[in-house]
Amino acid sequence: MANIWVYIDQFKGAALAASWEALGAAKKLAGELGGGTVTALVFGQSVAGAAAEAFTYGADAATVCDDATLADFRVRPYAALVVKLYREAAVKPDVILGPATARGRDALGMAAVLLKTSAMADGTAVAVKDGAVQVTHPAYAGRLLSTLESKAKPQVITLRPRAFARPEPVAGASGPAANATPALTEDEIHTKVIGYAIDEGKVSLADAKIIVSGGRGVGGPDGFAPVRELAQTLGAAVGASRAAVDAGWIPYAFQVGQTGRTVSPDLYVAAGISGAIQHQAGMRTAKTIVAINKDAEAPIFKLARYGIVGDLFKILPALNAEFKKRLGK
Amino acid sequence: MHVIVCIKQTPDTAARVDVKDGHVTWGDAALVVNPWDEYAIEEAIRLKEKHGGKVTAISMGPESAKEALKTCLAMGCDEAILLSDPAFKGSDATATASVLAAAIGKLGTADMAIVGKQAIDGDTGLTAIAVAALLGWSPLTFVSKIAELDPAARSLQVERLQEEGKQVCAARLPAVLSVVKDINEPRYPSFMGIRKAAKAVIPQWAAADLGMDPATVGAAGSTVKWPAIYPPPALEANVEMLDGTPEEIASKLADRLMANKVI
Ligand SMILES: Cc1cc2nc3c(=O)[nH]c(=O)nc-3n(C[C@H](O)[C@H](O)[C@H](O)COP(=O)(O)OP(=O)(O)OC[C@H]3O[C@@H](n4cnc5c(N)ncnc54)[C@H](O)[C@@H]3O)c2cc1C
Ligand SMILES: Nc1ncnc2c1ncn2[C@@H]1O[C@H](COP(=O)(O)O)[C@@H](O)[C@H]1O
Repeated sequence: MANIWVYIDQFKGAALAASWEALGAAKKLAGELGGGTVTALVFGQSVAGAAAEAFTYGADAATVCDDATLADFRVRPYAALVVKLYREAAVKPDVILGPATARGRDALGMAAVLLKTSAMADGTAVAVKDGAVQVTHPAYAGRLLSTLESKAKPQVITLRPRAFARPEPVAGASGPAANATPALTEDEIHTKVIGYAIDEGKVSLADAKIIVSGGRGVGGPDGFAPVRELAQTLGAAVGASRAAVDAGWIPYAFQVGQTGRTVSPDLYVAAGISGAIQHQAGMRTAKTIVAINKDAEAPIFKLARYGIVGDLFKILPALNAEFKKRLGK
Repeated sequence: MHVIVCIKQTPDTAARVDVKDGHVTWGDAALVVNPWDEYAIEEAIRLKEKHGGKVTAISMGPESAKEALKTCLAMGCDEAILLSDPAFKGSDATATASVLAAAIGKLGTADMAIVGKQAIDGDTGLTAIAVAALLGWSPLTFVSKIAELDPAARSLQVERLQEEGKQVCAARLPAVLSVVKDINEPRYPSFMGIRKAAKAVIPQWAAADLGMDPATVGAAGSTVKWPAIYPPPALEANVEMLDGTPEEIASKLADRLMANKVI
């Protein structure tokens, strides 16, 4: 028997897909640990919708804290609430799981310290050994894998987005939801969120199913136009290599790789990217990789499932036209 | 302003890492300052240049990490301290942070600690939040810009990267920041800096100097262990090259991606 809590990461009331992936992983673990309750922790303001959704993704129960102090993510009040709930719980969780998003890493990382343990961060696989959870964590930019173990109770674990399958939602599923009160008052929180600078309407790299990336081969800021057009047709996010970012052709937020974002899409299209080891570090776990490069010797072809030797300025528009036709756009 | 930068020495990013007898090896590849930490060092030096004060670089690691600390001095940090003790070996994120926090506490006067987003060996990314939790300082992770800093008013305003874009927030000093690559362009060590660093004597603090019980640090003081480390299964080279005219290639790719339900 094992009870598992799952931290649901949300932004402005909408849960991130990675939260449901964590919930799916928790359900599976609970089964392997001999059954137990999986409880979704839903913190924020106006999060009733996210809590209801958690049941459709498999939560057995939910603990909801809906409060103005939690409207914007701030790590202290979120972490303190996890700790307070843990201390107050009549039945303590054996495992606390969450997505390894910026907020998930921080909230559970701090909660772990306050609970006198360390989080096991950024897992890409989990397994049960001797009644506890073992975590697989990529180290050295994915060139090695390490196995993490923790004897602590609770085990605190974050899971890499898109490394775990998202469960199929079951419409109409519901369960018991308990309301919690915040751990800190506004006076006790010294960090104030002033606002956001958000790229509206764009698919976020972090949880994109498809990413179309451009590298130095696009030749300049305008060279991203065919990359963006294909991305739009495919409903994909745009990514970039560091060479393109460093040249100032596209902002850093789009950078994929060791010093950028780590992504695991179903499909990664690399156009004009050589496939340096540091770029691979961010995308090698993509399920299908398509490489477009005019140099047949480029290392990216060693990683790719489909390789196209050619000029991206000819290939990308042809792909765009073809997919528009096939997808009826 | 007294700013502390926490840095780690890691193998170069291009190193061919492997595992022998359960230990990670990197051949004769160079050991360098963890690339993310260069941004932390640069930001600390810029704060000093703007607001006055000093920058102290600290690192917990083996004797060899003094070389990385010398790079910090060469870039423009004023002081460097190595935190080294056989008892620190096997520290998990919280144990590491407790050593760093103890050193920051011993230094006494710090207003801010800056660390990199993550260390490229362990790829853990927990240090900033753990140090902030232990010291009770303002936690500000994934910082891409320090928009305002008023040392007298003890306040700062930063931009932080999140999945959706940037969060702008105001906080109080003292604070622990982790910084991302967007924040600045790290400088190269100057010739004068390299000369000064070569001559520098770097003090070394052990657990006892930090007033720490060896049982609370290293493997003994850590709840997380890593019993195995191994290379991932080799990717099978199974690339299918598509050729023809751009239109033919596009049609072939679409057939395959749609047949495999990728799209
Ligand atoms: C510490 C450190 C961290 C790093 N972190 C990252 C990181 O996070 N992400 C990252 O991406 N890199 C990172 N790098 C940089 C990395 O080593 C490479 O320099 C970078 O990835 C190269 O980018 P690129 O593939 O776009 O450019 P290049 O290597 O220059 O490759 C461009 C490719 O485009 C092809 N090409 C040119 N024109 C065309 C055309 N018209 N049609 C088709 N193909 C064309 C060329 O044949 C070539 O293969 C890091 C490096 C270091 C040292
Ligand atoms: N042993 C250490 N000594 C000093 N700083 C460290 C150490 N380990 C990690 N750090 C700092 O914390 C950051 C994040 O590391 P990590 O949490 O290990 O991924 C690094 O970029 C360093 O700035």
